[in-house]
Amino acid sequence: MSPLIQEEPLTLDTFLRGIWKENPVFVTLLGTCPTLAVTNSATNAISMGLATLFVLLCSNVLVSLLRKSIPKQVRIASYIVLIASFVTVVDYAIQAISLEVYNALGAFIQLIVVNCIILGRAEAYASKQRVINTVVNSIGTGIGFTVALLCLGVVREVLGAGTLFGVPLFGERFQPWVLMVLPAGGFFVLAGWLLLIEFFKQRRERRALEQQGATVHGR
Amino acid sequence: MSTELPVQPIQAGSPSVSMIRSLGLVSLICGFSVAIAYQWTKPYVDENQRITTERAVRAVLPTAMQQKAFVLGASGIAPAAPDSPAESAVFVGYDGAGRIVGIAARGAARGYADLVQVMYAYQPACGCINAVKVVKMNETPGLGDKVIKDPDFLKNFEALDARPNAEGAALANPIVTVKHGTKRDAWQIDAISGATVTSKAIGRGLDQSAERLVPLIHRHIAALEAAGR
Amino acid sequence: MGDESLGFIFLNALVINNFVLAMFLGICPFLGVSAKMDTALNMGIATTFVMWISSLCAYAINLILVHLGIEFLRLISYIAVIASAVQLVEMVIKKYSPALFRALGIYLPLITTNCAVLGIAVFQTAKNYTLVQSVVYSLGAGGGFTLALVLMAGLREKLALARLPSVSQGAALTLMLAGLLSLAFMGFAGLGGSNG
Repeated sequence: MSPLIQEEPLTLDTFLRGIWKENPVFVTLLGTCPTLAVTNSATNAISMGLATLFVLLCSNVLVSLLRKSIPKQVRIASYIVLIASFVTVVDYAIQAISLEVYNALGAFIQLIVVNCIILGRAEAYASKQRVINTVVNSIGTGIGFTVALLCLGVVREVLGAGTLFGVPLFGERFQPWVLMVLPAGGFFVLAGWLLLIEFFKQRRERRALEQQGATVHGR
Repeated sequence: MSTELPVQPIQAGSPSVSMIRSLGLVSLICGFSVAIAYQWTKPYVDENQRITTERAVRAVLPTAMQQKAFVLGASGIAPAAPDSPAESAVFVGYDGAGRIVGIAARGAARGYADLVQVMYAYQPACGCINAVKVVKMNETPGLGDKVIKDPDFLKNFEALDARPNAEGAALANPIVTVKHGTKRDAWQIDAISGATVTSKAIGRGLDQSAERLVPLIHRHIAALEAAGR
Repeated sequence: MGDESLGFIFLNALVINNFVLAMFLGICPFLGVSAKMDTALNMGIATTFVMWISSLCAYAINLILVHLGIEFLRLISYIAVIASAVQLVEMVIKKYSPALFRALGIYLPLITTNCAVLGIAVFQTAKNYTLVQSVVYSLGAGGGFTLALVLMAGLREKLALARLPSVSQGAALTLMLAGLLSLAFMGFAGLGGSNG
């Protein structure tokens, strides 16, 4: 192991990082394919989020366990094979639990294997950190991903179908904004969230600058 | 990934051996987990499939007390197994006295996005289809998915003509989807205006399945009736 | 489904159910590489080539897996094949066009994690396409991917000179443009008739 790679201590930040500061969808823009594709309803969003969390956790734990035994040249290949196996396991598990969810998620269950989040975490974190850190960080990242999916799923389902988790909210006369559950709607809603987040981020930075300016000039 | 030459620290055992060993270990773990997961979940998956099919059959044959699945072959009927080909399986509904209340079968055809799968109920007595349920579809929300709810479209399936022809080898009149408002004959389906592709998919799915199964049903009707008693 | 004509399969993958704009596959490179026309075009062509090879190999592997009854290894074998195909393309490009290799940079190995490539393999298996249908499907999908990438690159190059609100720059803008493109592509519905 290279002496340059520090195994970091386990802190609350290890967990919270994946949810807010390094949210995989909103900050690092990874895993956008499933984020757009399966968020046409909140139920699908949660199912995909949980499935991805499971694969993320299991594969990263194994990568961390084996991190000292896998030589550098074959590491990507090994990670991918590990991830693919757990995706296959999740695929069968979802089929066994609920055929409806399975049909709704469709091919995107198998596409979890190319979700950049999982490979990215394995390469950047799990291969260098202890198992317990990896567990906490993976759960945090998985929750962050699920939260992001829910943000889109809830908006798209409520506006596009008038229901939430299948429960009708608005009564018979609500005209759903069908665009929201179409592919174009996915793009627009994600763009909307990114705009919102960027707006608040810039506002916070501007305020911090103003405060700094006030302190410096002694106003 | 492979563009830089890795600086190899000196380690015990040659690099190729450790590569093969670790790849072997990884493959072992993976193969093991996948095989276990497959074996363990297979009974649940099969059960889910069975329940879904049963529910669909009950939706089109609401008065049936029991259902029996058969595979219709050229020479006779046989009870259906879980791995029988879906296209030749029929689900016969019997009432409390063992009489046939209808025969359900599956049809599928490509719609706008993917396959549209239907379960329909055929009545041998009138030679017509009297119920159709969409089992699985991924059509455009707000457009294609009107086929599930639109009451005028569903009226098409109250007595859709699907009689066999005189030789008993095919349908007398193939089921066809026609433009909205131009339906004249009992074997035509009036498409939903604005959802033509999905409407036509349902028509094609029903036609392809009925062309194959209706002659077989009539040929083996005695055996199917006998199986109920 | 043996009742689809080759022309329909090609058109379907190209525009009607465009892989990027309708099926949400290949979004990561779509957001990342579509800033300049040249990179976009080259990336599209490289990806189409990988798709084509993966399609052939996936078909062959599927035959073997079905014959041996070990379909549960399908996903693992597909992704292994794709990773190898990408390595192959990398070596070929590096040898014959080092400039292109440098231009594509990190995005070339990232074709392995491009959902569209695995998507081809998974979909063609699910639809039970024959070998010829699979090849046509992969070429159509690659063409559709390249089309979406090139369209987006053209738009973004023009917009690079426009005054835009600072909150919207970057991914948010690309996503909004993608949404508009997706809406526009919905106009292709029904192209090719309702050929099954």
